[in-house]
Amino acid sequence: MARKSHVQTTINGETVEFLCESRQSLLEVLRDELYLTGAKEGCNNGNCGACSVILDGRLVNSCLVLGVETEGKSVETIEGLADPDKLHPIQDAFLENAALQCGICTPGFIMSAKALLDSNPNPTEHEIRYWLAGNLCRCTGYDKIVKAVMDAAKETSA
Amino acid sequence: MEKFSYVNATSLEQVTSLLSESGWGEVMLIAGGTDLLAELKEYIETPKTLVNLKTLPGMDSIEVDASGLKIGALATVADIAMHPTIQHHYTVLSQAAGSVATPQIRNVGTLGGNLCQRPRCWYYRDESTDCLKKGGDICYAVDGLSKYHAILGGDPVYIVHPSDLAPALIALGASIKIVGPAGEKTMSLEEFFTLPAANPFRENVLEPNEIVVEVSVPVPKPNTKSFYLKAREKGAPDFALSSVAGVFEMDGKTCKTASIVLGGVAPAPWRSKEAEAAVTGKMIDESVSQQAGADAVKDAEPLNDNMYKVTLTRNLVSRAAMMAAS
Repeated sequence: MARKSHVQTTINGETVEFLCESRQSLLEVLRDELYLTGAKEGCNNGNCGACSVILDGRLVNSCLVLGVETEGKSVETIEGLADPDKLHPIQDAFLENAALQCGICTPGFIMSAKALLDSNPNPTEHEIRYWLAGNLCRCTGYDKIVKAVMDAAKETSA
Repeated sequence: MEKFSYVNATSLEQVTSLLSESGWGEVMLIAGGTDLLAELKEYIETPKTLVNLKTLPGMDSIEVDASGLKIGALATVADIAMHPTIQHHYTVLSQAAGSVATPQIRNVGTLGGNLCQRPRCWYYRDESTDCLKKGGDICYAVDGLSKYHAILGGDPVYIVHPSDLAPALIALGASIKIVGPAGEKTMSLEEFFTLPAANPFRENVLEPNEIVVEVSVPVPKPNTKSFYLKAREKGAPDFALSSVAGVFEMDGKTCKTASIVLGGVAPAPWRSKEAEAAVTGKMIDESVSQQAGADAVKDAEPLNDNMYKVTLTRNLVSRAAMMAAS
C-alpha cells in the first residue's frame, strides 16, 4: 500500500514522469520531487492561493490536488510563463506597477491573472477583483496588483 | 496526512462494493477533494483507501430539458455558476454557486462534494478536540466560542451546515439520486439532510455504502424571482455567517408561493416555513417583509457569541422578500 505511483504528466509543455506517494499533493510533487519551487506553500488548505497553478486549463490550488491525479493531464506553473529572454506581459506589468513587496504571493497571483486573461482578455476592475479573490496578499493592499492585471490585459489584448 | 492507497473508480457497482466491504471512514470517496484533503491533513479522517470518482464517465454533465435540470454529482461548482441556463432561469443556484469559496476551489469542487461536505466548526476541525460530532461527550460550542455556530436546530450539536448550493437547491424543490448496493433511490433534497437530534455524527441520511450521483431540479414556475443573499464577515471568499435562498412565484407585488431556505444558521439547510407563510398570498410591502424576517427567527436560540446572527438573518429574509416585490 505504501508503494509509490508512477505518474506521467505534461508540465509547461514538456512530458514529465515522476514517482510519488498517493498522499503527496501536486504542490509537494512540484516543489520536492521536480524542484519547481515557484508555487509556494502558504496555508496548505485552499485559503491563500500561493500554490495556484493551471491544471488542464483550470486554475487550481496545487495543495488541494493529489500528485497522482495529474496522470495524463497538463500543468502550467509560473516557471513556464516567461520566454528565456523575455518576461511574460503579466510579469512585466507586476514589475512596472510595483505589484509585489515580499513576493511570496506573486507566482500564485500571476497564474490566477493568466487564467483570467486566457478566458477573458478584457476584464473590468470588478471582474479582476472577483477572479483574483482566491489569492491573498498581505503587503500590497491589492490595488497595485489589480492595476498590474489591467495593464497586462491592455498589453496582451492590444 | 496518513498514507492511503488510491484507486480509480471504474463503475458505481465497484464503488458501492468497496464501501460495503469496509467500516465508516476506512474507504473514502474523493471527487474535488477540497474538503476531504483538508480533513486528511488535519487527521480528522484517516482512510486506508481513497476511491477517485473523477474517472466515472458521464457524471459531470449538466442537462437541461423541458422537465428541468439534471446535474451530475461530479459537475463542478464553477460549471454550475457559469451555466447560461442556470444563470437565467435558476438564478438562486447560479448566485449560490458563484458565492462559493474561491475560483480555484469552484474549479475543482463538485456538486456532490458540496452537499456532503463536513462542518467547518473549529472544534470539529481541531485534531485534538474529541467533540460530540466525533464521538466525544460534549459540543464545545455550547459553553465555548460560538461565533459561527447554529442559532436554529442545534441541540445537541451546534455546527452549521456550510453548503451554499444546498439551500438554493432545496428552495428550487430539488431531488437527489443516491446509489447503493441495492440499487438507486431518489428523495427530496430537503429530506436528505438531518439534524443532530436524529444523528449527531452525520449531516445527511447517506448510508456508509451509498453515493450521491445526481440532483434534479424542476423548472421554476412562470414569473418566479429567485436570489441567494449571503452575509460574510468581510468582502472576501468565506462561508456564510447567514444566507437566504429565496424562490418567489410572483403576480406583480403579490407572492403566490415562496420557498425560503436559510444557510449558515443551522446544522442542516433550514427551510423557514414561518417566513414562507408570512409572504404567501400577500402583497409584499415593508411590513410584510419585516414580518417574514421576524417570523424566520422567532424560534432562534442563540449561543453566547452568535446573537448577531438572529438580527442578520431577520434582515436578510426581509431584504429577500422586498427584492421579490421590486
